[in-house]
Amino acid sequence: MTVLLDVEDLQTHFMTSGAVVRAVDGVSWDVRPGETVALVGESGCGKSVSALSVMRLVAAPAGRIVGGRIVFKGRDLLALSEEEMRRIRGKDIGMIFQEPMTSLNPVLTVGRQLTETVEIHLGMTSAQSRARAVELLSLVGVSDPERRLSQYPHQFSGGMRQRMMIAMALSCNPALVLADEPTTALDVTIQAQILELMRDLSRRLGAAMLIITHNLGVVARYADRVNVMYAGRIVERGTAREIYADPRHPYTRGLLRSVPRLDEPRRAKLQPILGQPPDLSRLPVGCSFAPRCAYAVERCRAEAPRLQSVKAEHLASCWLASELHPTSEPVASAPR
Amino acid sequence: MATRPERSTAEITGPGPRSPSQMTDDRSDVILDVRNLVKHFEIGGGFLGRAPVLVKAVDGVSFTIRRGETLGLVGESGCGKTTTGRCVLQLERPTSGQVIFEGRDLTTLSESELRRARRRIQVIFQDPYSSLNPRMTVGQILAEPLAVHRIVPDRSARAARVQELLRQAGLLAAMADRYPHELSGGQRQRVGIARALAMEPGLIICDEPVSALDVSIQAQIINLLEELQAELGLTYLFVAHDLSVVRHISDRVAVMYLGKIVELTDRRSLYEDPRHPYTKALLSAVPIPDPEIEARREHIVLGGEVPSPLNPPSGCAFHPRCPIAIDRCRGEVPELREVKPGHRAACILA
Repeated sequence: MTVLLDVEDLQTHFMTSGAVVRAVDGVSWDVRPGETVALVGESGCGKSVSALSVMRLVAAPAGRIVGGRIVFKGRDLLALSEEEMRRIRGKDIGMIFQEPMTSLNPVLTVGRQLTETVEIHLGMTSAQSRARAVELLSLVGVSDPERRLSQYPHQFSGGMRQRMMIAMALSCNPALVLADEPTTALDVTIQAQILELMRDLSRRLGAAMLIITHNLGVVARYADRVNVMYAGRIVERGTAREIYADPRHPYTRGLLRSVPRLDEPRRAKLQPILGQPPDLSRLPVGCSFAPRCAYAVERCRAEAPRLQSVKAEHLASCWLASELHPTSEPVASAPR
Repeated sequence: MATRPERSTAEITGPGPRSPSQMTDDRSDVILDVRNLVKHFEIGGGFLGRAPVLVKAVDGVSFTIRRGETLGLVGESGCGKTTTGRCVLQLERPTSGQVIFEGRDLTTLSESELRRARRRIQVIFQDPYSSLNPRMTVGQILAEPLAVHRIVPDRSARAARVQELLRQAGLLAAMADRYPHELSGGQRQRVGIARALAMEPGLIICDEPVSALDVSIQAQIINLLEELQAELGLTYLFVAHDLSVVRHISDRVAVMYLGKIVELTDRRSLYEDPRHPYTKALLSAVPIPDPEIEARREHIVLGGEVPSPLNPPSGCAFHPRCPIAIDRCRGEVPELREVKPGHRAACILA
């Protein structure tokens, strides 16, 4: 099996009063066994909704998966009954959320939250599950796990809570872990600890990982392959090395250029992407990025580009993708 | 509004107020002089005669800021950087120490004197949405302080000033009629900046001004802050946790850990030659957006977490996490001492 999770033409829409918000608008990506794939983009680009769609946790009735297929280990998750889906969630696919405090149950002990999953999914007895919980907590580097099991989430620090979330996500040896901004709420030094831990554990346990983040540095350090999302679509995909060394979509280039970097001489001026992301209920006819794009030509405003191959394993949805090189500068005048 | 016209950076010219020669310690040019600032909070206590616990949020912090310069204040949550900013504003009355702003010690002023002095110090907050009144239009938000403080008493002159503030913050004139909820995060932060400018401040405390914004918008706001500094000669105390942003915007940088400054020097020296092991670990923890460099780079991953300020470690507060700590570090509180000209670090091994 070369593909573990295959998302094809996924469309997830939200119905608001009088408008349809196309949060995910025809997106395809995949994850292979054991690899780390990143979905990168800014708020509202559809990266979190993509992950929630895989778990079929999009909030109904406003949110609905209106099209596409999500094939996990050969089975289309969208065709499963709610009961069958429940057996996959937390067992075959684990999930780590951004804010551990709001995703943990404040009135249950840490131990109960860890044992519940393995009792339900793996049918462990309470003695077995307790032993497993101790094992999991020490696996994620929580010291004194026996004592910690009887504590409540509020007695854990932010970093410790995220370790506990990781323990929960890994408790049933999942083939895939979806991590939605797993370190965004954490301090820099704790972020480094948690990311190292996630990488180490996913390697040791052979779990594939989907990291959802806005942080280009985190992607560079941890991802094998990258999907860049903008306004509900994937605008560029490739190996991490390709994307960073030779970005072909003006949005990817813009993102990379707009952040100050510690390893480079300080620049006199940052190069921001001008303007702001579009309203997802009123997307422009052509390329969604065209209104902010410094390279846009007539065609970009009339016709939306498709994700097309630039090189092997490197795709971009831009009419100019084959002409953009690391050194090329805008041809058209930038929107001011 | 998919395409809001941005102000061209070329519109703003004029020399920046800082030059390398000003980097020397010229006391006459100092706008803010914080001396041995201490802020302790009492937690609990009082009940059944239990003694309160003391949290040393800021524990002897000293620094100066010169006119027209940007001092970056970095550290992780709970290190005291925000409390330091609030003490400068006197939103928290310090337990001890002096905050000398434009020659006057703010800690000795009465409430009414303070209200007047505070006009000259403004704040830009992390979350512009929660700091803007949702029932007021942008125009009203900007006009209110001008009227209240009688900076522009005349109504029509006030409208003109509001328009000028909007322009300076890179917003369209039509924004004056909008309400905060109609604006994007970046636009709200621009309103927050315009409001700070309304008071014609000598010092602006920027408390994590871009950390709630999207990457593509962060650069817009950082550029705006820099353009305004060049145009208006502003002075910034830039409080943030993002070391790459701080490096970009600051002239000098202070690194805080558990209520104390552990390293303080000019930007170049801090980033090229960090001396405190905490600074080194912080810099190493920032991932660089380039997989090739990341693969080659050595990463210092600190063990443990920031200790509770309720019960700080003995000696150097960093010693339990420090990769190079020796026995002496457990017993001796290191002084912030000069390790080379213009570069101070609080580590006996620096």
